[in-house]
Amino acid sequence: MTFGMEPYLALILLGFLPSEIWRWLGIVLGRGLDEQSEIILWVRGVATALIAAVVARIVLIPPGALASVPLSVRLAAICGGFLAFLLIRRSAFAGVLAGEAVLIAGILAFGG
Amino acid sequence: MTATMADIGPVLALILVGFLPNEVWRLLGLVLVRGLDEKSQAIIWVRAVATAMLAGVLAQLVLASSGALATIPLGVRIGAAGLGFVAFLIARRSVFVGVVTGEAAVMLGAYAFTP
Amino acid sequence: MSIGPSEHPNRAPGKVFADGMVAALRSVFFYVLLGNYVGIGALAYEFGFSLGWMVLSTLLVWAAPAQVILISTLGTATLVEVALAVTLSSVRFLPMVAALVPMLRHEGGRQRDLLLPMHLTAISVWVEGMRLLPARPREQRVAFYNGLGVGLIMAAIIGSAIGFYLAARLPPLFAATLLFFTPLALLMSSARNSRTLLDGLAFGLGLVVGPIVAAQKIGLDLMWTGLIAGTIAYVVHRVREAKAKVTP
Repeated sequence: MTFGMEPYLALILLGFLPSEIWRWLGIVLGRGLDEQSEIILWVRGVATALIAAVVARIVLIPPGALASVPLSVRLAAICGGFLAFLLIRRSAFAGVLAGEAVLIAGILAFGG
Repeated sequence: MTATMADIGPVLALILVGFLPNEVWRLLGLVLVRGLDEKSQAIIWVRAVATAMLAGVLAQLVLASSGALATIPLGVRIGAAGLGFVAFLIARRSVFVGVVTGEAAVMLGAYAFTP
Repeated sequence: MSIGPSEHPNRAPGKVFADGMVAALRSVFFYVLLGNYVGIGALAYEFGFSLGWMVLSTLLVWAAPAQVILISTLGTATLVEVALAVTLSSVRFLPMVAALVPMLRHEGGRQRDLLLPMHLTAISVWVEGMRLLPARPREQRVAFYNGLGVGLIMAAIIGSAIGFYLAARLPPLFAATLLFFTPLALLMSSARNSRTLLDGLAFGLGLVVGPIVAAQKIGLDLMWTGLIAGTIAYVVHRVREAKAKVTP
């Protein structure tokens, strides 16, 4: 392992982190309940958007064996899966199955 | 700020940016419900973990030095760190004395033992 | 109501722990986790992580979205960016643990006994715990929850090992199918958990904003996407709330 300046960054973060958490905790607790529920809602929105970004990332910048699958097939598979989810009583199982089926069909038809 | 996983290895990266940011929320949930006395247990544990990790990084800095430090023999580096720590203890836990002693030791050692 | 032998207050803690593990095996989540982590294990393989690292990440992090973020971004993004993304993705643990603790508290319970249940808390463990804990006497709940959590984490570890192994050995068609499982599963579970406009809008915007932000090559794209798309969705939600109050 070789090091540059980066381990010093880790050092600062690690020394800094434990005390900061409690300071922020005090601030949040002091603000009262209404602000907290609004904050929670906003944070939930941010976290959900984040997961969506991760999904988009894997579909659009695929690793390994997925990279040789044409983009149109990947997109069709995601959309097909989501459609099946909506149509079949919001069943996650159906959505995943349908998405995989579209992907396999697409690979067999268009190569990958 | 531009450190990547390549700089510290996958396991340390996992602990620093995977485990810690994730566990913080679980801990906060516990503290908010007064599941833990936030003035004692949680702080003590977090500080213990952080200190242990600090020690690990320190050890790696001394043992697996890069750049200019790498030209100094390993024994000199370890010896200088040890001497610095002893000096710190003797001088009534003075950080300044410890650092100066360690630096002096490593410079002397480098001069004396470099082929 | 008669108390069966497994609910007897004096049942040995080891047996209660085993009860928890049995409950995990009988839970539908065991198989959901198994399947989910097959996909994640395959992802870890394709991104170049070792099986040991994958298992360690399941033990230490125990959160599928965070683990997927780690696997798919650690190789290319800076540590700060990954830390921020992981931090944002795991906020839901706070209310989950906060809701769990009152159920586990009992007379003579030690504070540090809550640490293992705290770490073992993930969505599946928490949901099953909320469902099954009320039936058990309070003194047994910590041991039971620990057994439940350990049982379910084992499903994840087994799944990830299977996925890792398969990805290494399957021909490209099957490997691609395996890899695609993770984005599909993340999409479906987010969609199923979205009860309000806020959730659905945040997800949809995230899908659109994500690639746009990533194309800017500014770094921290996951975090910015989350902040931008999430804030827009939140603002829309607030505007609608305000309008609903004004027009009865």
